[in-house]
Amino acid sequence: MTQAAPPVSPAQDRPDTPLHDCRKAFAQALHDLAAKDERIVVVCNDSVGSSNLVSFARDYPGRLFNVGIAEQDMVGIGAGLANGGYLPFVCAAAPFLTGRALEQIKADVAYSDAAVKLCGMSPGLAYGPLGATHHSIEDLAWLRVLPGLPIVVPADPAQTAAAVRWAAATPGPAFLRISRSLVPDLPGTAADLVPGEASLLRDGTDVTLIGNGTMISRCLDAARLLADAGVSARVLNMPWVSPLDEDAIIAAAAATGGIVTVEEHSVHGGLGSAVAEVTATRAPSKMRILGVPGRFAPTGSTEWLFEHFGLTGPGIADAAISLLGKTGA
Amino acid sequence: MTDLRSRPGSAGELAARRDWLQSASPQERAAHLAAAAAALRRRDLEMITEARMGHIGGDFSAADIVATLYLAVLRIDPEAPGWPDRDRYIQSKGHASAILYATLAMTGFFDDAALDTYMAPLSPLNGHPDRRHVPGVESNTGPLGHGLPVAVGAALAARLAGSARRAFVLTGDGELQEGSNWEAAMAGAHFQLDNLIAIVDRNGLQQGARTEETNALEPLADKWTAFGWEVREVDGHDHEQLYQALCAVPFAAGQPSCIIARTQKGHGVSFMTDRVEWHHKVPDAQQARDAQEELSR
Repeated sequence: MTQAAPPVSPAQDRPDTPLHDCRKAFAQALHDLAAKDERIVVVCNDSVGSSNLVSFARDYPGRLFNVGIAEQDMVGIGAGLANGGYLPFVCAAAPFLTGRALEQIKADVAYSDAAVKLCGMSPGLAYGPLGATHHSIEDLAWLRVLPGLPIVVPADPAQTAAAVRWAAATPGPAFLRISRSLVPDLPGTAADLVPGEASLLRDGTDVTLIGNGTMISRCLDAARLLADAGVSARVLNMPWVSPLDEDAIIAAAAATGGIVTVEEHSVHGGLGSAVAEVTATRAPSKMRILGVPGRFAPTGSTEWLFEHFGLTGPGIADAAISLLGKTGA
Repeated sequence: MTDLRSRPGSAGELAARRDWLQSASPQERAAHLAAAAAALRRRDLEMITEARMGHIGGDFSAADIVATLYLAVLRIDPEAPGWPDRDRYIQSKGHASAILYATLAMTGFFDDAALDTYMAPLSPLNGHPDRRHVPGVESNTGPLGHGLPVAVGAALAARLAGSARRAFVLTGDGELQEGSNWEAAMAGAHFQLDNLIAIVDRNGLQQGARTEETNALEPLADKWTAFGWEVREVDGHDHEQLYQALCAVPFAAGQPSCIIARTQKGHGVSFMTDRVEWHHKVPDAQQARDAQEELSR
């Protein structure tokens, strides 16, 4: 587990905190790498704009393959390019990349150990008002069971860029979940991206909050609220859904009175389930799993949906209080 | 799991054999390829009889195509299976693994003895090929409709690298019912990949029935043509026709090539030929003897 720089809460509720769409950092990092490494190519599905690849297409026109609306083909082509020695970043909206092309991801990429970098853009509830077809709250569950496919859910722009650099440097496949829902900058996240390791953003003794991606700043918000209520909360950023930092989970279970997981994903099969597999078998601990409960989410803006499902500082704090058996925060 | 290693000297043998076949008379070439394909079918039959599993019908419909490709056409090096400029052969019909393995062993990618472990516990020779354990396998197939998209990517990579290597893909005919093939067919033409060659093993049968009774493919050549491919139809058991077509690619500059190889499931053994049940039926002892006898004539 990585020890982070001094913890600073970004205060999601503070209006002057700059918020970012991580796709920009993703695109910039990829562009920068492509200048140095000719093996880097892009395959996308009519998503040049939505994947923020306009400047890549302009500056490296021969190295971006837009296959149109054909996700199975897109992933297979990525595998063929990897077979030919290239490092394809296959970029598409997360629900279609992972849902439509799941068998290609399994057979052509993970099982074939092809160096395809799958980039699931705008995952979770990013397309809130567009409805459940466009929500990607199943992708971690679908991909987490595939052996040899590391899964990274970066927390902010710096960690997103670090994830891109790591993916380009790693020989095998990878899945990067590139957030569109707005996030603040967090301290030390780029340096913290050590494969398979969680990072401790805040230490505490009563309860552990485990989150990643868009949810980790909200966990920090919750920790501040909990501190005001006399509850000491540990906050673990867990960008690696696979491989999972089991040691950090076991240590948290031993050192604190319970674990709350928070994810922009279904409560079934994602980060919370992964953590629960560890606690259930190796370190029994009281748990709450926060995310989208087992139903298709309604329409609504992303922020409205986060509120609706309690994926906010106060909502997470309430869950922690309830887990510890205390009365309301 | 045992590691499969190439047979020393096999690169030179294969290159010499390919050179000889390319300079031989059509009659000599056809006779040589026919003998090789018969040997592959006999070995395939032994593997499946021993394993009590396999897909003998599709193996035998593809045997002449695979033999012609590996012995006379593909630029490959069994002693350097990762050679960057090798031609890529992607067998989309992954269930015909026995004929692929027998061919990889014949050409020296690994020892023939490994074939005796076909589908045995912990054998690298799965029912469907696994590139992580079998040298010469380019991409893992088994679920259908996967090979052609990967071959499109391999052809794009070749062009990007400025390499003269080609991407060959062998598909079954039934698997053309999978939509992913047609996504890839569009892309292959759109990207003008004349280094991409699809060979359709058109045996007319899928697992349960004839393709035309199940979800009809005809007019199949017209479909490929309409998708922007240049198409040739050949007798998929006539080695000279196969050889000439495979040497004539690309059929048109700036277009991918499609060879529809008219074949028969179970070809080579009279009681298996064009019989749907031999998709994955396993011969009993007497049938195995009869088939060996017929394949040895």
